[in-house]
Amino acid sequence: MNTLQIKNLSASIADKQILKELCLEIPQGEVHAIMGPNGSGKSTLSKVLAGHPDYEVTNGEALMNGVNILGQDADEIARSGLFLAFQYPVEVAGVSIANFIRAALQARLPDGESIKAVDYYKDLYVQMDELGMDRKFTSRSLNDGFSGGEKKRCEILQMSMLQPQYCILDETDSGLDIDALRIVSAGVNRMRSKDRGFLVITHYQRLLEYIVPDVVHVMWDGKIVRSGDKSLALELEAKGYDWIKEEIAA
Amino acid sequence: MIQATEFDIDTEKGNFRFDTDYAFDAGVGLNPDVVRYISNVKEEKEWILNFRLKALETFLKKPLPTHWATDDLKNINFDVIRYYLAKGQKPSRSWDDVPDDVKNTFERLGIPEQERKFLAGVEAQFDSEAAYSNMKEGLEKEGVIFVGPTEGLRDHPEVFKKWFGKVIPTSDNKFSALNSAVFSGGSFIYIPPGVKLKQPLQAYFRINAENFGQFERTLIIADEGSEVTYMEGCTAPKFETSTLHSAVVELVALKGSKIQYITVQNWSNNVYNLVTKRAMAEEEAEVRWIDCNIGSRLTMKYPGVILRGRKARGEVLSIALANSGQHQDTGAKMVHAAEETSSNIIAKSISIGTGRSSYRGLVRMPKHLKNCKNNTECDALLINSDSQTDTYPAITVQGEGNSVQHEATVSKVSADQIFYMQQRGLSEGEAMSLCVNGFVNDLIREFPMEYSVELKRLIDMEMEGSVG
Ligand SMILES: Nc1ncnc2c1ncn2[C@@H]1O[C@H](COP(=O)(O)OP(=O)(O)OP(=O)(O)O)[C@@H](O)[C@H]1O
Ligand SMILES: [Mg+2]
Repeated sequence: MNTLQIKNLSASIADKQILKELCLEIPQGEVHAIMGPNGSGKSTLSKVLAGHPDYEVTNGEALMNGVNILGQDADEIARSGLFLAFQYPVEVAGVSIANFIRAALQARLPDGESIKAVDYYKDLYVQMDELGMDRKFTSRSLNDGFSGGEKKRCEILQMSMLQPQYCILDETDSGLDIDALRIVSAGVNRMRSKDRGFLVITHYQRLLEYIVPDVVHVMWDGKIVRSGDKSLALELEAKGYDWIKEEIAA
Repeated sequence: MIQATEFDIDTEKGNFRFDTDYAFDAGVGLNPDVVRYISNVKEEKEWILNFRLKALETFLKKPLPTHWATDDLKNINFDVIRYYLAKGQKPSRSWDDVPDDVKNTFERLGIPEQERKFLAGVEAQFDSEAAYSNMKEGLEKEGVIFVGPTEGLRDHPEVFKKWFGKVIPTSDNKFSALNSAVFSGGSFIYIPPGVKLKQPLQAYFRINAENFGQFERTLIIADEGSEVTYMEGCTAPKFETSTLHSAVVELVALKGSKIQYITVQNWSNNVYNLVTKRAMAEEEAEVRWIDCNIGSRLTMKYPGVILRGRKARGEVLSIALANSGQHQDTGAKMVHAAEETSSNIIAKSISIGTGRSSYRGLVRMPKHLKNCKNNTECDALLINSDSQTDTYPAITVQGEGNSVQHEATVSKVSADQIFYMQQRGLSEGEAMSLCVNGFVNDLIREFPMEYSVELKRLIDMEMEGSVG
């Protein structure tokens, strides 16, 4: 039951089919990586799972702990435990990081209960310290004017504050310098637990040296065409995607 | 872009109504007899009656300003409006003496509680007349006057007559003329020299009757070196037909005095809110208008300051929130009429659904004056793809060493922003609320605490109601 199970998922946007009967399962306790060429549908998969209203699901299910989340509102899916670290985090002027995360935590509480400010800030500062973020970030507007790397760190900060059951990281490594890559990976590794599943989307096997995956999948034209252990990532890095293309064609 | 959903514009707080009997009712429609009726009920002096009758003539002669303003003004039917409704009671000094139906209304709006907590004095107006009016002990002894216009002109003519209708002449515009003909209720305030009120005075304007027009008249005189903060709140229940609120507010800030005038308007969505507000600031005086417009069908309001004395300062901070079916046509006027005067305008508007907000600004600095300064900033936030905003700045700067800074921005809440925030667990309404609060936050920080809390709450309610 404690698994995210995607069955024959097809989805399209603007009448263009992107996901084609995709199947994938991420049990809690495991880290799965997806690699795949540009435009193969990796971000689409993550947004469809997160409930983006622009995509039309034409087939299949996505069962989170047994409940189909497709068709639910994005906020509902989020509150039931799915987190997406965006490939391109959006800037929101005027909304400070501290207020935003607090509002997100508050949204998870039953009516009438509220976050204790003191405890909240204590937590927030601990997480920020771990991620090497300056405290002055708390009062800055969400992602507004952040460098690429700062945005990604801010995504991981939110993830560590919200403690989701399933985390999808969409190219969180791109835009990070070597040190940041190490810090962010450590942040993710700290959160690895038997109660949490990860789906890590990346183009670079380097990230998978820090966040060692249990399974690596290759996505091609809207579906998973290969799965294997972490050596598959090395093979892809060495050989590129052409050999897969040939094998599919064969 | 986000789809416009069904919008429930009512903020509910003011949307209730207890049955009420009226002892005085001027009937429906407007003519000289109605004006005489009002004047007679108030037992006014001859000069006031004549002032009113002349104003009525001006009102009838003046066309609607539709050559620059919205055609929606044509939908006001002046013949079906009731211009005066009152229970015939003098304003009480104790809530215990206020009739139950009226008292319950104000209790539900939280007025007596606020009075206990942080106000120096309160006047609560129910339709045409004040039901309650009281000031903290001691203020009277210091010479502070806080009464309605009837009492003000009758009991303190030496204070008020001199300025009455001087900052805003009857003929200023069609609606100032209308107000001058049928005005009733409002606050007449005098702060003696050097007296600095630590707590605000507050008036609450409540429309309770359908097809009714509320025409309060306010005149605040801050004598030399005095300081006062005045706050007004307004609500009305949601009626089927439209209601008219047309006030005239005149402020006189004498040498070295400070007046801060705060409005948090929360009208229901069928109120035409057409208000003229202007201040005169003498040497080194400061006038600050804080103006928050939520609700109403159409609001037209451009608080102004005539900077008449050297080093006078004027400021307008305004927030307008236009939900579907609403048009907030607001702005500011700064007329620099002395050297070294300075003015600051910060206007933020939010348009939701099919809501429309317009900014109209006027800044004038004539040639012969030196060292005048104005800063104008107007920012608009659009929530949906069919939300609208427009800006009409009119800036006339002549003269050397005068400086004007004008900045305008328009931003949109994008579907991507909402999705991002929803992905973190916030509902669509909460996400929008957060964006809107973020947008107005730096301005709200300038407001007195009690009002910023109330305003944030109103914005949250408005945003909650604005999504499916
Ligand atoms: N609104 C849209 N209209 C039409 N096509 C779209 C739209 N959004 C995405 N697509 C297409 O969907 C396909 C999959 O895009 P997606 O972003 O999921 O790819 P990706 O695997 O994440 O690529 P990358 O590695 O470059 O991040 C692309 O061909 C893209 O052009
Ligand atoms: Mg992508």
